[in-house]
Amino acid sequence: MVNDDILAKINARLETVTKLPKMKDGSIVKLLEEKGISRRDFLKWAGTMAAIMGLPATFAPTIAKAAELADRLPVIWLHMAECTGCSESLLRTDTPTVDSLIFDYISLEYHETIMAASGWQAEENLEGAIEKYKGQYILMVEGGIPAGSSEFFLTVGPHGTTGAQHCRVASENAAAIFAIGTCSSFGGIQAAAPNPTNAQPLSKITNKPVINVPGCPPSEKNIVGNVLNYILFGTLPSLDAFNRPKWAYGLRIHDLCERRGHFDAGEFVQHFGDEGAKNGYCLYKVGCKGPYTFNNCSRERFNSHTSWPVQAGHGCIGCSEPDFWDTMGPFEEPLADRLYHTAFGGLGADATADKIGIGVLAVTGVAIAAHAAIGALKKDKKGDE
Amino acid sequence: MSQRIVVDPITRIEGHLRVEVIVDDNNVVTDAYSGSTLWRGIETIVRGRDPRDVGFMTQRICGVCTFSHYKAGIMAVENALGITPPLNAILTRTLMNNALFLHDHIVHFYQLHALDFVDIVSALSADVRAASEEAFKYCDLPFACGADQLKAVQQKVKAFVDKGNLGPFANAYFGHPTYRLTPEQNLIALSHYLECLRIQRTVAQMMAIFGAKQPHPQSLTVGGITSVMDILSPARLGEYMVKFQEAADFVNRAYYPDLVMAGKAYASEASVTNDVGVANLWTHQEFQVSSNEWLFDSGIILNGDISKVYDLDESKITEEATHSWYKNNAPLHPYDGEQDPNYTGFKEEDTLNAKGEMVKTKVFDTAGKYSWIKAPRYDGKPLQVGPLSNIVINYAKGNKFVVPVVEKFLKDTGLPVSAVLSTLGRTACRMIEAKVVADNGLMAFNNLIANIKSGDTDTCAKYVIDTKKEYKGRYIGHVPRGSLSHWCRIKNGVIENWQAVVPSTWNASPKDAKGQMGSYEACLIGLKIADLKQPLEIIRKIHSYDPCIACAVHVMDTKGNELGSYKVNPNL
Repeated sequence: MVNDDILAKINARLETVTKLPKMKDGSIVKLLEEKGISRRDFLKWAGTMAAIMGLPATFAPTIAKAAELADRLPVIWLHMAECTGCSESLLRTDTPTVDSLIFDYISLEYHETIMAASGWQAEENLEGAIEKYKGQYILMVEGGIPAGSSEFFLTVGPHGTTGAQHCRVASENAAAIFAIGTCSSFGGIQAAAPNPTNAQPLSKITNKPVINVPGCPPSEKNIVGNVLNYILFGTLPSLDAFNRPKWAYGLRIHDLCERRGHFDAGEFVQHFGDEGAKNGYCLYKVGCKGPYTFNNCSRERFNSHTSWPVQAGHGCIGCSEPDFWDTMGPFEEPLADRLYHTAFGGLGADATADKIGIGVLAVTGVAIAAHAAIGALKKDKKGDE
Repeated sequence: MSQRIVVDPITRIEGHLRVEVIVDDNNVVTDAYSGSTLWRGIETIVRGRDPRDVGFMTQRICGVCTFSHYKAGIMAVENALGITPPLNAILTRTLMNNALFLHDHIVHFYQLHALDFVDIVSALSADVRAASEEAFKYCDLPFACGADQLKAVQQKVKAFVDKGNLGPFANAYFGHPTYRLTPEQNLIALSHYLECLRIQRTVAQMMAIFGAKQPHPQSLTVGGITSVMDILSPARLGEYMVKFQEAADFVNRAYYPDLVMAGKAYASEASVTNDVGVANLWTHQEFQVSSNEWLFDSGIILNGDISKVYDLDESKITEEATHSWYKNNAPLHPYDGEQDPNYTGFKEEDTLNAKGEMVKTKVFDTAGKYSWIKAPRYDGKPLQVGPLSNIVINYAKGNKFVVPVVEKFLKDTGLPVSAVLSTLGRTACRMIEAKVVADNGLMAFNNLIANIKSGDTDTCAKYVIDTKKEYKGRYIGHVPRGSLSHWCRIKNGVIENWQAVVPSTWNASPKDAKGQMGSYEACLIGLKIADLKQPLEIIRKIHSYDPCIACAVHVMDTKGNELGSYKVNPNL
């Protein structure tokens, strides 16, 4: 049984983590119970996380155990050239609640948005945490990083230390490194043409392995899931060509889209607000980039499953893909010439999903109809060209 | 002997901000400098793109006021193209704005600002029964202040303090002499701090119902709104209403009474009173709740004289860069904004660190350039924007939604109206603004339902962008941190230039050619600092503006100059 092998591996790993020094007393279960969250609720949450991470439901108790060990992993979170959207996304996470993150759960040693200390004291916290938890801490970086001759376009701290330097130092002794969001994964908005600050992804700044968790912002589940994944497996998760964990970024938006039936039936929204829009038709013709985008939004949605762009009638803009600002625009028009390629020049992150997608597109014959419509649509929108 | 104090990073804000002050022998601030240490260049990136895409890009200026720049980017293009969206779209945008303001203001107060007023360690010694009784002094039905609940809060915090691992609370200024709340009052606020973490998730969902997600919603489009299925669904509307009521309840039973409590306790604390900063105030019309009614009106007040409110003359807005890291220093109107980066770096000087030692530090070159933020001016003068400006101007204009809330607050705290022109007032006005939204935000909701019932289901206006025409347009409005404007020109069907003049740019502006300061710098002058190693008073003041520095830093290069060649850095 494959599952048994995995389970054995995980259990060995959890034993190793258990041996790490605890940062606090008490267990998360006890603490959750004090907050009115029962053991059963906690396991239910663990079951949900198992499903999201592509593990069988029988792994729920194991995941619960991993969560209980999160107090062994201090987190250092650095802010680079960013908009704080990724931090905000994390603050929206429903389980585990943020106060449990702060108080009982993960030891967030440095995070400029919510920490109390400023100035000299803040710098002291950062240096102290790096020193004290050498080789143990998880580093999370939010934002692109100005590099090269424009490295000084971002400085932090009384010594005017550049952002890039902070990243180099902090990644040196990190146990695991996550680039949180599209900016630190691929450069993001500030790296869009003409990239005036020469903003770079974290993987270009450090030569340590970086796990990319893109999205603008990534859903809270993808952020929290990665921490759990690290506790469970210790090693890098299975990654695609862009170092994205496959459990989260293995399928296209299009593959699991709630409007997929309409796509297959050739029922498209022609203009925002038309009858098709009122009936939930496919948004491909008004620019949805779901066929070219690898992420789990269609399954996980955002803000505790409240909604996601396709449900809100807009369509996907491809925000978890490299250079999407330059390759996915105009966001409200279809990518006519890319129907048979993924948005990154055919370098499918998952060749199988790629082929399946192409097969489906070809079978429906919709593609051809869509092509024909694109020309007409462009004329509509731009007047006479 | 004067000396320089450096605070960098300022935490619990959005973005990268450094503040430096010069203090005299009595620890009184004689000069102040606020500067941002990050430049991203988003407006440069916007040039040459499809106008319909720009809202999504300007949205990424900031993930905190995530709706503000999205709406502004979309509405500036609508204004340029002469599009009026259908009423359903306008009202739905207002519903999303309700969510933004309620979310932004409660999170700012509790998660980002409360620790400047609330001493967590002191809360540990509170008597829980006395604290529970204390809560009734400020509210008939206090939120989450039963003795049992307060006991649980206390135990929870005590557990992690005892273990000596404070996490994000480590190394704060607890025990500082300017903290004014009793242990019991600190405990009440701490309970609300924790409750707010829970409530804010619900408020974020309010945005997601019509906006797909929060941060960075994705349902606005040039011409209207795309979430037509959600708008026409009674279940979704009901979901919104329930969450709105939960948020409004928290504002009225936790946020409001906490500000009354803090207002009374801090009214005699010199470091948060009589320090309006820049006394020229500006606010702008926002929150359209029907086809012809808005919650807040526009206006300008000069020199703190609330007897006269002037109208805005858009042609008088300029931005200059005397002390900003850009090449062209001249004041220019946003339609013609122009600048290339010109980073000149820091100087070196010995300053006082947290241990009280003099150490070599990087400091601003205050005679030259020291910030990525430009200096916006109105008719050559700096302006203060934000909830303080919005509430004071609307109070002065006799706005029927604002006046009763202001009067109730002054009565409950026993403070005179002049007390509002201060750091404390700035923090109180943010709450008052949230309360006006909480008390009236469902007007737009009810009008939306009435409009749909009347048979109008339009959500998007049709339009054409003529590639042979040139267009010019702007959005001006009021967002959680103050007056925001986006200015755009469209040519050949693409963006020719774009300029955002953002609330935090007005407030955090460096000095201009005449040496006039922005409001951050101005409100620090004359401040007496109790302990130079722990400049809590500075942080408290700066936090009262709710800085959003990513927003404040932006650049426009209308000439299409190559932005690839930069000066070799002097610090290397």
